[in-house]
Amino acid sequence: MMKWFQRFVVLAAITALVGGCGGAQQQSQQPETQQAAQEQTQQIPSTETSSEPETAAEPQQPAAPENPELILATTTSTVDTGLLDVLVPMFEERTGYSVKTVAVGTGQALKLGENGEADVLLVHAPESEIPLVESGVVVNRQLVMHNDFVIIGPADDPAGVKSATTAAEGLKKIADAGATFISRGDDSGTDKKEKALWKEAGVDPKGQEWYQETGQGMGATITVANEKMAYTLSDRGTYLAQKKNIDLEIVLEGDAPLLNIYHVMQVNPEKYPMVNGDGAKAFVEFMVSDEVQEIIRTYGVDQYGEPLFFPDAGKAEEELTGGN
Amino acid sequence: MEMIGQGIVAALKMLSSGDAELVRVTLLTLRVAGTATLLSVLVGIPLGVLLALVRFPGRNFVISLVNMGMGTPPVVAGLVVSILLWRSGPLGRLRLIYTPTAMVIAQFIIALPLVTGFTLAGIGQLNPKLQDQITALGASRWQLFWLLIREARLSLLAAVIGGFGGVISEVGASTMVGGNILGKTRVLTTATVMEVSKGNFDTAIALSIILMLLIWLVTYALTRLQQGGARVR
Repeated sequence: MMKWFQRFVVLAAITALVGGCGGAQQQSQQPETQQAAQEQTQQIPSTETSSEPETAAEPQQPAAPENPELILATTTSTVDTGLLDVLVPMFEERTGYSVKTVAVGTGQALKLGENGEADVLLVHAPESEIPLVESGVVVNRQLVMHNDFVIIGPADDPAGVKSATTAAEGLKKIADAGATFISRGDDSGTDKKEKALWKEAGVDPKGQEWYQETGQGMGATITVANEKMAYTLSDRGTYLAQKKNIDLEIVLEGDAPLLNIYHVMQVNPEKYPMVNGDGAKAFVEFMVSDEVQEIIRTYGVDQYGEPLFFPDAGKAEEELTGGN
Repeated sequence: MEMIGQGIVAALKMLSSGDAELVRVTLLTLRVAGTATLLSVLVGIPLGVLLALVRFPGRNFVISLVNMGMGTPPVVAGLVVSILLWRSGPLGRLRLIYTPTAMVIAQFIIALPLVTGFTLAGIGQLNPKLQDQITALGASRWQLFWLLIREARLSLLAAVIGGFGGVISEVGASTMVGGNILGKTRVLTTATVMEVSKGNFDTAIALSIILMLLIWLVTYALTRLQQGGARVR
């Protein structure tokens, strides 16, 4: 009896230890976060002011906001490219907010906003964002940056997409050839864009033998397309991140409708009392600040040889789309 | 195959460098799964013993529910907990969504039926005369409980291992209620999924290797306990 009891105590001790580790880890979390932020900001040359070493050595605590919890709903592309891993710790250090970044498809991010589950949104589906502005769900919507979508496919290009001049024409060729096309099918910003392009091409791909939906994120979808030697639509950032693993290459790029435009916006605190309005406002201002725009301009250059995003704060959307 | 080799190299590099982020993710994984397992053991073992010993109307129905629960898909547990914890949900005021606590709750729901079910089976396997014998010797209810647990200890440790294995390996619930937030709710499984979608297969393989090592270490400790307990008579 005693032997067994001892063993039970040992087991309890192990479990308590596990819990204890957790506790200790939680306490030490703050300095680690700052350290990580510090390391990340150090990777970015020439954007930090000379006061950086000082703040790094002795992290000055900003006045703690009344409600420090901020939920950011965003798209997988901003997280998968690593951009937010640089920007979010910087924002937290400056303002004292604790940001919970939830990376989902744009459709779901907008839905989270519509239900008041998130405080601030960083998304890329302008046509779907406008109705939320009009219905007062979101306020303070601001242009942050853009990159572009590309159509990728097998190098031998069986559908002849490379000869097309517009994205719609390219998709039409894929449909005519019956070449396999892998769709996200997850109502993300990329998926919404793809659907709009099919519409423009005058093709309804739904239910066609050659049209397959993964329901997964961009990275996973590219992997599927690569295995099937199929075509797909991707944002350039995720494609560049995946490039080292795949045989597919860009078969069409540069058409104006392929622009991928990111906006940041606050969920309306007057409409949802639990929404952290102050924190969301601070994040919007942060994203369009000169300093962050400069980081966006150079982000990814050292790793991919080209920037992943182009900063656009203060511009009108029409300047990018050429008035369309 | 070359990829696996690269993964192993990456794993060794990550382990030897003592990467702060990796340490944090690993400790959080242990903490969340460990807490959920502990809670489910505290509730599940007494519940299993009770279900094994006490006859009451509807017992078979309750047992069938437990057995069904043993197959609870983590995403279902995650969805239910999400709906409860969202700001618009009944427990939204607690602001628990996207916290480790939310992950513990979801994993508890996954582990509880596993622990209860294994306990039920373990106690049920004991010779029914044993219970009568112990009671006849004048044991109190509490003593009976402990003696039966002692007799069924092999099965009970299997219950603990089963519960722990169930939660440390799940990804669906952790992603939904935790959100895979860097520095806050990122655990080894959700980090692995993310690295795959980023195209960093070597990092993903490295994380998998570390996760398997972790599971092995914990189950090894539990196995020692189990088999050591079997030898001492």
